[in-house]
Amino acid sequence: MKLRYLIISLIVLSITSLFVGVSDLSLKDIFSLTADQRDILWHSRIPRLISILIAGMSMSIVGLIMQQLSRNRFVSPTTAGTLDSAKLGILVAMLMFTSASPLVKMSIAFLFALAGTFIFMKLLEKIKFKDTIFIPLVGLMFGNIISSMATFIAYKNNLIQNISSWMLGDFSMIMSGKYELMFISIPILALAFLFANKFTIAGMGEDFAKNLGLNYRQVVNLGLMIVALVTASVVLTVGVIPFLGLIIPNIVTIYQGDHLKKSLTHTAVLGAVFVLVCDIIGRIVIYPYEIPISLTVGVIGSAMFLYLLLRRKKYGL
Amino acid sequence: MAYKKKTVILFLVALLLTCLYIFYGLSGNIDYILPRRIVKVIAVIISGGAIAFATTIFMTITNNRILTPSVMGLDSLYLLVQTVMIYLFGSHSLVMMNSNINYVISIIAMVLFSLILYRILFRGEDSNVYFLLLIGLILGTFFNSATSFMQVLIDPNEFMIAQDKMFASINNVNTNLVYLSVVLIFLVMLYFWRYAKYLDVLALGKDLSINLGVPYNDVVKHLLVIVAIMISIATALTGPMTFLGLLVVNLAYEFLKTFRHKYIIMGSALISIIALIGGQLIVEKIFVFQTPISVIINFIGGIYFIYLLLKENRSW
Repeated sequence: MKLRYLIISLIVLSITSLFVGVSDLSLKDIFSLTADQRDILWHSRIPRLISILIAGMSMSIVGLIMQQLSRNRFVSPTTAGTLDSAKLGILVAMLMFTSASPLVKMSIAFLFALAGTFIFMKLLEKIKFKDTIFIPLVGLMFGNIISSMATFIAYKNNLIQNISSWMLGDFSMIMSGKYELMFISIPILALAFLFANKFTIAGMGEDFAKNLGLNYRQVVNLGLMIVALVTASVVLTVGVIPFLGLIIPNIVTIYQGDHLKKSLTHTAVLGAVFVLVCDIIGRIVIYPYEIPISLTVGVIGSAMFLYLLLRRKKYGL
Repeated sequence: MAYKKKTVILFLVALLLTCLYIFYGLSGNIDYILPRRIVKVIAVIISGGAIAFATTIFMTITNNRILTPSVMGLDSLYLLVQTVMIYLFGSHSLVMMNSNINYVISIIAMVLFSLILYRILFRGEDSNVYFLLLIGLILGTFFNSATSFMQVLIDPNEFMIAQDKMFASINNVNTNLVYLSVVLIFLVMLYFWRYAKYLDVLALGKDLSINLGVPYNDVVKHLLVIVAIMISIATALTGPMTFLGLLVVNLAYEFLKTFRHKYIIMGSALISIIALIGGQLIVEKIFVFQTPISVIINFIGGIYFIYLLLKENRSW
């Protein structure tokens, strides 16, 4: 899995993504765009492409960071309650601050996601028996509990349909003016790259990291903040994309090993490629309609995760 | 014989709640309301009982108090099978060929699938409980996503027709399958009778029961078929309830303090009925919530599940 080929396929897929869709727009028109076509390109197709790229990259990187910090291959926003906490946060924001701007909503979702992830990490410290399988199990159940709290509140306020349409990861509603919140992820991801070495050291365990002179607490907290912020912004704009943070880092680590500095770029690019492929599939299968991305990724992702789990001995996970 | 007395108490409580549910606030057009309520109660009793029954057997087979068929994704599998049927045959066939036939075909598909699943999951030496659980949860997610995926593929008009007929919840009990379910439960019980005597021995574990002369693989396979049918019936009538089985069977073990399956099965079925009907009464009549009881059960069940996991873990 050379980075070169990944980048080439990323470019090819990105161009394909621009020219797949209901409105007529093909590659040969690119130099003689009509006004309509230009609008579609600028207000729909390009925002969509950008949001796919950001979502794919950031969710995979976040997964990788979480796996380093918890020292467990199977921890990710999906399996640590982060996604469900963000969902609860959005619900609370919708109820209490009806007229708040997206930024305020995102901050609330961020606080909830942070709190949720933090509680989960605390729970992990309590658990003496750190089995690779046991921890994601607790995380999934933890997420389930938070999610049923959200369902309960939503039911009481007749928001079930709202919350499920919010939560269903879907790129079809992305247009210019609706996705800019995602740009928050970019500086945060840059931060992740800067701190990559520190995360790698933190992944060697608390005692070891402290021995090497690392401010362990601070680095872990920073990692959790990155995770929560990125998750909140993606959930708020696109919705839930399950399993992304789980499978992509695992596939990359099988080939690249645990050094974050080496694997971060791979993870980011592969994540973007994966989401692009899933999105294009979703757009073609029932053309001219669309299948939401969370379903395509959910089916392909959970199947891949199962495969990873069943073969994990072979890969030494 | 404390557990016998306790079983009787449970039975009386269940009976009381059932009557209360049927007759509470009964006024107006009684000829219309009464039969409807009775059918609904029968459906809830059947599905609560079936879930408890299937979960008890499954826990005994797997020798574990955390693994339940719902946690292993069996009820999501039922929904997937249903959706695939609608996708393949269309809602027209559904309306014309009558939903009972569809129901039976789904159950057959379900049995086949769960046997294959069991083969794959329990074949290796690697049958660590936590591993199986995680696989089960992910399988559940997979079945759920695949179900929604197929539902998107189905023509929306057809889907609306199908949805009414096929997808039940505790507030929207699928009453047109009740009579067939009663017959099915009866048949399954007849089938189960031959294997009932093995359960107490199976609880000792695989090696011991083989030692004691139980045809282990054969018995387990038949019991698993029973579990699959029971879960199908319950899901078809009231929709999936992930943690109900886990909750009620563990409660039954705690409350009755016995390991005799005769009483555990009865006790857990009764507790399950009490939980569903009592919970429904409280939620509907007292708190006037719109929240379905299954959401509350999932909440309590989830917390209890984490507690169980942590407790098991500590004793290691």
